[in-house]
Amino acid sequence: MPLTAELRRSFYEKMVLSRAFDDAMIALYWEGKLPIFSFGAGPLPGELHCSNGAEPVGAGVCGALSADDMLTADHRPHHVAVCRGVDLDRMAAELLGKKTGLSQGKGGHMHIYDPAVNFASSGIIAEGMAPAAGMALARRLQKKPGVALAFIGEGAANQGAFHETLNLVGVMKLPFIVVIQDNEWGVSTSKSESTAVERNSDRAAGYGMAGEYVVSNDPDDIYEAAVRAVERARAGLGGTVLELKTARLAGHFMGDQQAYIPEQMKQVDPIPLYRAKLIRDGVLTEADADAIEAAGKARMAEAMQFAKDSPYPDASEAFDHVFAGGSEASDHVLAGGSGASDQQKTGAPA
Amino acid sequence: MSRILTMSRAGREALDWEMERRDDIFCLGEDIYKFGGIFGTMDGFGAKYGPERVISTPISETGFIGMAAGAAMEGMHPVIDLAYIDFIGVCYNVLLNTASKTHYMSGGAVKVPMTLLIGTGGGYNNAAQHSQCLHATVAHIPGVKVVYPSNAYDAKGMLHTALRDENFTIFLTHKATAGVGWMGTPIKTTLSEVPTEDYTVPFGKVKVYREGSDVTLIGLGMSVHECLKAADALEKDGISAQVVDLRSLVPLDRDGIMEAVGKTGRLVVTDEDYLSYGVSGEILATIVERDLSILKKPPVRVTMPDIPIPFSRPMEQAILPLAGRIADAARKLMA
Repeated sequence: MPLTAELRRSFYEKMVLSRAFDDAMIALYWEGKLPIFSFGAGPLPGELHCSNGAEPVGAGVCGALSADDMLTADHRPHHVAVCRGVDLDRMAAELLGKKTGLSQGKGGHMHIYDPAVNFASSGIIAEGMAPAAGMALARRLQKKPGVALAFIGEGAANQGAFHETLNLVGVMKLPFIVVIQDNEWGVSTSKSESTAVERNSDRAAGYGMAGEYVVSNDPDDIYEAAVRAVERARAGLGGTVLELKTARLAGHFMGDQQAYIPEQMKQVDPIPLYRAKLIRDGVLTEADADAIEAAGKARMAEAMQFAKDSPYPDASEAFDHVFAGGSEASDHVLAGGSGASDQQKTGAPA
Repeated sequence: MSRILTMSRAGREALDWEMERRDDIFCLGEDIYKFGGIFGTMDGFGAKYGPERVISTPISETGFIGMAAGAAMEGMHPVIDLAYIDFIGVCYNVLLNTASKTHYMSGGAVKVPMTLLIGTGGGYNNAAQHSQCLHATVAHIPGVKVVYPSNAYDAKGMLHTALRDENFTIFLTHKATAGVGWMGTPIKTTLSEVPTEDYTVPFGKVKVYREGSDVTLIGLGMSVHECLKAADALEKDGISAQVVDLRSLVPLDRDGIMEAVGKTGRLVVTDEDYLSYGVSGEILATIVERDLSILKKPPVRVTMPDIPIPFSRPMEQAILPLAGRIADAARKLMA
């Protein structure tokens, strides 16, 4: 599909919705965590890795995909999930640990699964690599179409799972794309400190794959590179290492002050840049852009309301889903009484 | 109809039966296309099913077992040959964090049906990195079924069960029990009459190999056969030993353990896995928690001690849970 005005408008809509999701979650995250910060406190507990700055990756790559394609994301999954069309209400509810969440409160923000749009994620670095390649293999065996994409960070490109998977993809010529989101930082370790080559896309040559690097963090450029990778995969020409320079504006996780980032390495917000570009190109007017932003915030407000209004799961549900087909096979013992008073320590608002 | 088979041939028959009838099963592993897997479970499958369904992989366990998990999420049921359990270190994350937890973390939305075939155990001078059992190391992970048949009938029936299960099953076979050429003459008690038709053996039920009234010998994998040898020796001393095979670690038949031990009140738990933090301790904990009064004497554990497994024959033979050590323990309980 060519890069039409309509498509570019949709990129902006998705980027804005993704940002609205993260901004709303960040605001909620601080509730109950001040003045004394604690991961486990407040209505949105746990670690929270937000995608602010990486929205062009989600918009541009997902814009190049079809419904058949399969995605795995990592510990920072929101922008990919939102742009893929993961159920926004249920994803918001999952972050809040609610019964209506995608995983009924068993996953949280690093473990987003929505089979309706072939989306999965894993909180372990590079652990989406091999499963994505396996999804591509499954489709080949089933004689069904579908390209598999693993979204990882540049820090994950030094994991064994990254290299083993690329070799297998190269050997098996699987329709697979690894999308390396180079935001320059693996927590506090910079790419130059951790990676022996400047561009991980160069590593593709070692695995008989194509490699491409996009430097702009602009969804138009990302889309066009993703289209090339997807076409190669669909044509049976094998996999691509698609490395995309992007940004991490909200730190590794909430609470990360990023004092380790020197002034000259401060990153730029891609959303105002893309807005200005679309207006300059005559795709949007100022009023259109304002309306898109308002619509994104309104949609997210609905999702957040759904999440807040939803009930928590019952504590006893912790024992469900250990195994498929019921818990007949599991052997759960909860000795020592119900411990009802312990629930008060969880910080779950009444 | 039935005939006497080794565990290896019996397991192969179950996998072959399922592969003939189902498109979702495919095999992955090192050297399986030409070699048929380390225990011959996939013997001849390369020629029969072709390289698409019998995929010989690079030596890359994190990669191909991770791929199996992804294929399972997309509706396939991969069967993986991991050769020796000593190699789980190089792919443990897939077992620990992906294959075992995806169904739970997705609130039941995503299933990961896959069967991982692994050989375990020592006793043939292969030293500390190729002789371990490590079943407790995998059984400790929530979300994995772990089974460990010790005879051909159970091997076939339990593999059918694993292949029809919607979950991740680790299917263990002690190398000495498999009945493959490179381990010498098959152990007689591993051979069984195996029906030609398909059948299932449910997970989570102990098997009483031999009834006895004085002492209960519990084992799993190879140690079951050592218990049987010990029971023969004890019989000559006038001691009646009951022999129980756990068969399945997850789920674990705690009721069956209590019932068996309750019959004699004297217990020797055998385990070729390391002593501490393992299956033998779990069995004793079950009895202590449920009803300590069924024991007439403090129980004894005959296991691999907490040391790396030595290479040289006199040292290795001394530390394995062999029939002599088991019988001695039982005699002490009767004294």
